[in-house]
Amino acid sequence: MGDTPILELRGIEKRFPGVIALREMSFAVRKGSVHVICGENGAGKSTLVKIVNGIYQPDAGEILVSGEKVHIDSPVTARRLKISMVSQELNYIPEITVAQSLFLGEEPRTRFGSIDWKKVYKDTKALLEREGLHYRADTKLKELSVSDLQMLEIMKAVSRESNIIIFDEPTSAITSKEVDILFKKIDELRAKGAGIIYISHRFDELFRIADDVSVIRDGTHVATRPASEIDIEAIIQMMVGRRLDHVYPPKPERAPGSTVIEVRELGDGERFHGINLHARKGEIVGLAGLMGAGRTEVVRAVFGLDPYTTGEIRVHGAPVKIREVQDAIRLKIAMLSEDRKRYGILPMRSILENTGLVTLKKIFGRGYRNVKAEKRLIESISSRMNVKAPDLNTPIGNLSGGNQQKVMLAKWMLCEPEILILDEPTRGIDVGAKYEIYKIIFELAAEGKTVVVISSELPELIAVCDRIYVMANGRISGELREQEFSQERIMRLATIGGDEN
Amino acid sequence: MRTETRNLTGRFTLLSSRYSIYLILIVMVVVSSIISPVFFSASNFSNISRQISITTILAFGQTLLIICGLIDLSAGSVLALAGLLSVMFYKATGMFVPSIAVGIAVGSLCGFVNGWIVTRFATPAFIATLAMQTAARGAALMLTNGQNIYELDKFVAWGQGVVLGIPAPVIFLVLVALLTWYVLNHTRLGRYIYAIGGNQEAARASGIRVNRIKKWAFLLNGALVGLAGVLYMSRVNAGLPNAGIGFEFDAMTAAIIGGTSFSGGIGTAVGTLAGAFIMGFLGNIMNLLGIQSYLQQVIKGGIIVLAVAYDISSKTGRKKKNVAASQAKPVTAATNLPNP
Repeated sequence: MGDTPILELRGIEKRFPGVIALREMSFAVRKGSVHVICGENGAGKSTLVKIVNGIYQPDAGEILVSGEKVHIDSPVTARRLKISMVSQELNYIPEITVAQSLFLGEEPRTRFGSIDWKKVYKDTKALLEREGLHYRADTKLKELSVSDLQMLEIMKAVSRESNIIIFDEPTSAITSKEVDILFKKIDELRAKGAGIIYISHRFDELFRIADDVSVIRDGTHVATRPASEIDIEAIIQMMVGRRLDHVYPPKPERAPGSTVIEVRELGDGERFHGINLHARKGEIVGLAGLMGAGRTEVVRAVFGLDPYTTGEIRVHGAPVKIREVQDAIRLKIAMLSEDRKRYGILPMRSILENTGLVTLKKIFGRGYRNVKAEKRLIESISSRMNVKAPDLNTPIGNLSGGNQQKVMLAKWMLCEPEILILDEPTRGIDVGAKYEIYKIIFELAAEGKTVVVISSELPELIAVCDRIYVMANGRISGELREQEFSQERIMRLATIGGDEN
Repeated sequence: MRTETRNLTGRFTLLSSRYSIYLILIVMVVVSSIISPVFFSASNFSNISRQISITTILAFGQTLLIICGLIDLSAGSVLALAGLLSVMFYKATGMFVPSIAVGIAVGSLCGFVNGWIVTRFATPAFIATLAMQTAARGAALMLTNGQNIYELDKFVAWGQGVVLGIPAPVIFLVLVALLTWYVLNHTRLGRYIYAIGGNQEAARASGIRVNRIKKWAFLLNGALVGLAGVLYMSRVNAGLPNAGIGFEFDAMTAAIIGGTSFSGGIGTAVGTLAGAFIMGFLGNIMNLLGIQSYLQQVIKGGIIVLAVAYDISSKTGRKKKNVAASQAKPVTAATNLPNP
């Protein structure tokens, strides 16, 4: 210690409309060290590294590289400051070759100003040989597997001779052999004095490479400790934090009835396998897991949005075939999608139209539109869902996230479902609206509806659910009864339970 | 509170942009009346209505499709094919009323094929209807060996007849306008068309059979194209296999000027009607002023760019204001609670 840190963040703050993603984020990365950042989904890890990489600009705070204050306004600037990043999402251009992708944006030029392809391919070949990668410089990216692509991304970042390298969940898509190669690379970089930020959900690998561990929660920095002085339990404790009660309405007593929906050995041959679930009348069942665990994929299949290849679904004990959304709606299943923008709202259309979309048969029952009945119907459901808007003709895109979500709930409530699947029902909305949505969920269960809640926020699941299934790597890794609920248990099932892939 | 204020500004911009088209229309009428004394008269308006009736009927079809995120490049060719078959049917049988049904049926069939190709093979509408444009034109030319058909006899009544002092094509125009308005505002089909154009994925997730609705939209558009074909051949008193070249673009122009958005989900029947009249008035006043027809085309081109630029800027302007409003206010205190 005592050296100037290679990267230091001081009081970084980042706001998005309606949410504070980061607050007073401060920590430092030492020269020649691997700094692991832990945090729940949505804690702000990705936002943080995107700020360091210049994709986002902070609203407050400062960044210091080797003790000097810098202003990183774009990834190009970041690259100039010798910062590179291996991103979690693979963004690639399928039609270009490995060599083209390695030199994208920084192609060497010939004397005449055209791209020096000879040099591009020669250098790429040398790099591939040096790193022992099996593909050729002229292989097109679309021919590579996901793990190949990820390794290529890693090599690209490494080959730039950066001083600061960010790895955002680099191992989620690669094999254990490739993980070994990656860690060897990281060791080399560390020996050369680079500062490495490493984000991962996998605790086993974390302790293999970490020098320091920082935990962040809700956009704030909780603690930074040397890896030698901390264990998994302590990290999990810090990740989930203490529990605050007034964020959730009190959980009413519930007495679930008979099984309404049952999923047996459901699989799509790719993203989820052997899923067994059931949910009872008046019960709120949670589905926990990390991003990419397959939760959304399972419920999309149950709702008829994606096909499933194995297993069966039973509603009220009778096997049913759900091939398209209409089948699910007929079986009185409703689903609120996790991605409201993509699968939920028609942004330029009115609240009225958005709300009525699934139940137009009621409004247009006699073949024409019953304007008065429509208005009455939608006004009553909107006020029940507590939608706040100037009037029903307001385009839904103008509403806040929380109100949009309430309109979406209203839309599905109109078709009087018995089974409600809520995928991340409170994502991106403020605490006040969250509270209202929890209250609505409780009311629905009290009315005897079956509610399935997917959430990445563990306290939310614990506060709302009667029973929680945990998924990891496309499988159910555990089921917890109410008396067994704890964030630590869920986290362990979601992370450690998923080790074996 | 925050939503309230934000929505008020949003609504104001929306109102001004929603009604700006009618404002332009009124200004045009006033200015034209001042420039040319002949402009403001019943006979001139009747003339304009008759002149624009055929492309406006096509424009309503395009409006349905564009709202749904689709398009029809084959309208001109299908107009020729349907009109020609209607003419040939009349020449062969002498049956007056069924002849219009033949035209509409042929148009509907072509529309159905367009819809089938688009949905069955997930082809972009642009490409599927481009293929239909070529094929239908070829079919029309084949039917007559490239020759025109003359002496249509009583058939001309569809396009030249007058009922209660109103030209027949104008009566059809009014009927089609009402039909389009009704479909868009008062039927499930209309709602689904808006929904698919607004957000196709969300429409699917709401249980809308996207492909079926798209086929219906194409079918309806085809029927209108067929009708326009009959009216056109009848009005020019000839069966022309080369009729209607480029008509689809005039139709799209009216729809776009009328506020139909190419990104889908937005557009109205009344707007399209207004758009068609704006283009009609523009042509009329330029004729009255004796502006050379080539220059007229250049001016029309400029008008289209202006209209679309205005449409886009009013939309992005609204978005910027929203973002500004939401950023100006500090995030509510509630969000600051650490929630685990």
